[in-house]
Amino acid sequence: MSITNSRLTAAEYHENFSDIHPPFENHSAALVEANRCLFCYDAPCTKSCPTGINVPKFIKQITTDNIKGSAHTIFSANIMGGGCSKVCPVEKLCEGACVFNLMEEEPIPIAKLQRYSTEKAIGNNWQYFERKPSTGRKVAVVGAGPAGLSCAHVLSREGVDVTIFEKEAKGGGLMTYGIAAYKVTPEFCEEEVNYILGIGGIEVRYGQELGKNISLEELRKNFDAVYLGFGVGVARQLDIPGEELDGVVDAISFIYDIRTKGYPAVPVGDKVAVIGMGMTAIDAATQAKRLGAKEVTLVYRRTQAEMPCTEAELNIAKLDGCEIIWLAAPKEATGENGKVNTLTCNLMQLGEPDASGRRAPVDTGQTISLNVDMVIKAAGQMPFGDLIAKNSLNNNKGKVAINEHSSTNIPGVFAGGDCVNGGKEVVDAVQAGKEGAASILEFLFYAKPQSS
Amino acid sequence: MADISSDFLGIKSPNPFWLASAPPTDKKINVLRAFEAGWGGVVWKTLGSQVKNVSSRYSAVDFNGTRVMGFNNIELISDRPLQINLDEIKECIRLFPDRAMVVSLMADNDRDSWHELIKKVEDTGAHGLELNFGCPHGMIERGMGAAVGQDPEIAKMVVEWVMEKATIPVITKLTPNVHSPVPAGKAVVEAGTNALSLINTIQSVTGINLDTLVPNPNVGGKSVFGGYCGPAVKPIALKMLTNISQNPVTRKVPISGIGGISTWKDAVEFMLLGASNVQVCTAVMKHGFRIVEDMCEGLSNWMDEKGFRKLEDFIGRSVNNITHWEELDINYHHIAKINQDKCIHCGLCYIVCEDTSHQSINIAKGHPYNTYTVKDEECVGCNLCQLVCPVTDCITMEEHRVAPEYVNWKDYQRLGLPLNDH
Repeated sequence: MSITNSRLTAAEYHENFSDIHPPFENHSAALVEANRCLFCYDAPCTKSCPTGINVPKFIKQITTDNIKGSAHTIFSANIMGGGCSKVCPVEKLCEGACVFNLMEEEPIPIAKLQRYSTEKAIGNNWQYFERKPSTGRKVAVVGAGPAGLSCAHVLSREGVDVTIFEKEAKGGGLMTYGIAAYKVTPEFCEEEVNYILGIGGIEVRYGQELGKNISLEELRKNFDAVYLGFGVGVARQLDIPGEELDGVVDAISFIYDIRTKGYPAVPVGDKVAVIGMGMTAIDAATQAKRLGAKEVTLVYRRTQAEMPCTEAELNIAKLDGCEIIWLAAPKEATGENGKVNTLTCNLMQLGEPDASGRRAPVDTGQTISLNVDMVIKAAGQMPFGDLIAKNSLNNNKGKVAINEHSSTNIPGVFAGGDCVNGGKEVVDAVQAGKEGAASILEFLFYAKPQSS
Repeated sequence: MADISSDFLGIKSPNPFWLASAPPTDKKINVLRAFEAGWGGVVWKTLGSQVKNVSSRYSAVDFNGTRVMGFNNIELISDRPLQINLDEIKECIRLFPDRAMVVSLMADNDRDSWHELIKKVEDTGAHGLELNFGCPHGMIERGMGAAVGQDPEIAKMVVEWVMEKATIPVITKLTPNVHSPVPAGKAVVEAGTNALSLINTIQSVTGINLDTLVPNPNVGGKSVFGGYCGPAVKPIALKMLTNISQNPVTRKVPISGIGGISTWKDAVEFMLLGASNVQVCTAVMKHGFRIVEDMCEGLSNWMDEKGFRKLEDFIGRSVNNITHWEELDINYHHIAKINQDKCIHCGLCYIVCEDTSHQSINIAKGHPYNTYTVKDEECVGCNLCQLVCPVTDCITMEEHRVAPEYVNWKDYQRLGLPLNDH
């Protein structure tokens, strides 16, 4: 047993990491589904979309052969509508609310239809939004993830000159660095970022990290307003013995490596345990398998009823051949010569509901041991608490605190997305970016001057 | 089990489903396939002076992803040599003696031409003749087809010529390209036709190619008016059929119903409004001849359920249920009711009532599902919400009479009863 890279051939890597989403084979196939849509009024799907995409309208536009208009409808509400159509947990959002569910019928494949329109728009670079002439006002955006890009796009439309400071070499944030490559391919992520920046008026400075090469002070001095959208990033520690052993890694770094170093460069074990059952856990487990791990086991301390990932995600893991152990909480990792070889878990049972409303796992006193050579921790992410505290930003357990106008406690400094909410969906971050931009515009152009 | 065999002017067929005079009945190979599939009879595609057809010939109207809601053709009568048609007709009769063989005719506009054509066709052993007074394109420019059917005097004259010669039953096919089929219908009945059939196709332009800007069908960059048919024309056909069934002159002869019939249900509707049998074309041009199986079985099952033993038990039963507006009961009132257990919260009832009707549906906002209820006092009972509701029996119309007695519009005016105040 060992952790090694280059387990597969180039063809196998290509096969394993190509886009998982089958497109409609042709326009007629898309029409069959689009025509099923009832065109609901005050549609539950739209109300269940954090960005409020007018779903019936964009689907209707597919049926009238107005694909250009369809993508316009999507991008008007969500400039990352292309990426969201690939990564959104739609069964919890739009598709989960589709009225066909109430007839025990398959819901409209909203995400697939959304991919249909947006891929055409991005592929053809149909730019819908014209930037107004520059107002001369300048805004700094920290982070070129979904929140930052969404905010920057709205601001640029209104003639604001935007500069995004991004610590990585590419834009897209977690889309580019934190989600399984087979869901959003690197090529797609790059295309989507370029498409958003296609409006003009947005300069992205890569390799610029808040607290390292740039400071909030400087940004406040040089810009009329600042938007913080730097996300979350630090993997939550398990706080169990043996966590420091070689072979125990965190899912964020593991996925980051996959997205940045190229598939053959990323080492993976023969027998991998992944701790957690969120989207990131699924992405880590499935990609470990797709990198050539022989056995991958997902370990979760609760049951399927409480898991954070969707059933569709769980099915991807199952289809990839991942094993799942429910009601098992990691107790300790042990090993030899500094390398992990065993993960011991407490077996749990469900007790009373906890603060999240889910039934809390309770230790039964029994344990099981898994023979492993790699443990991937995907038990959540911690906010950049230090960074936030050092900049005198009010925070809530390390998450940036904002008011109802997306404003932090520092005048002219706004924030949104994962750094505020602690880590939600891409679509939530896009909405946060829109709201932040609206508040910034209000601040720049309409707010009464504050007396100092 | 119900008896679905049909006797139309003594022309017998095992079921009341004939194929209309059209491309599916143009050749022996098609007709034999139709008989093998179970069709009760055919009206052979119109014979007359030789013509030449063009390419393309058809176009269609699709609706919400469903193909061929309406169909349009610019094909003329048979362009095959007359003798080949006659030989094939004879052969089909020999091979399927139990099926109805009616031949559609459109001779040049003189007595001798008609007499000569009738003689030749009768020699085949055909059971009946159908006079094509309805074709709306191509022939009309030569004074034939609808040009005859649109002018009662000419129609009458031609039927008189035909009746001088014909020894087998004559059906006159009427055009819908008139304000009412009754004047021509009366004229040809008075001239002695044994039966009527309707409707022929309706003049139409089905659509335009938005790239080339040429309407469909495109014949080398140009189009012409075609004849419209298929499910889209059924309501118009039923209306014209009713006109014929209610008129004291035209109702004396049997009627063969035509126009958008695709299923046994459509056929039953035509028969309830007075058609003794029906003719089908577009539906087989979309699906092939095999649809006749369900038409026979569905008709038979429905008749069993309703207790009808033979076709005559229900033919014409709905004719008197269509009356004049002045006779309708103003005191009849019904109100929509939404079954909350069935409602899927699509909001379609609400938005159509709010935007286009009487603002009679209440919306209680919810997330993500709103609740919709009817404001009984505002509902005028128009049916719109029920019509757009995608769930069967979710919205029902419940009877709430205004008063027990029957009051029609004439009484209402005479009694000086109040009109709406809003």
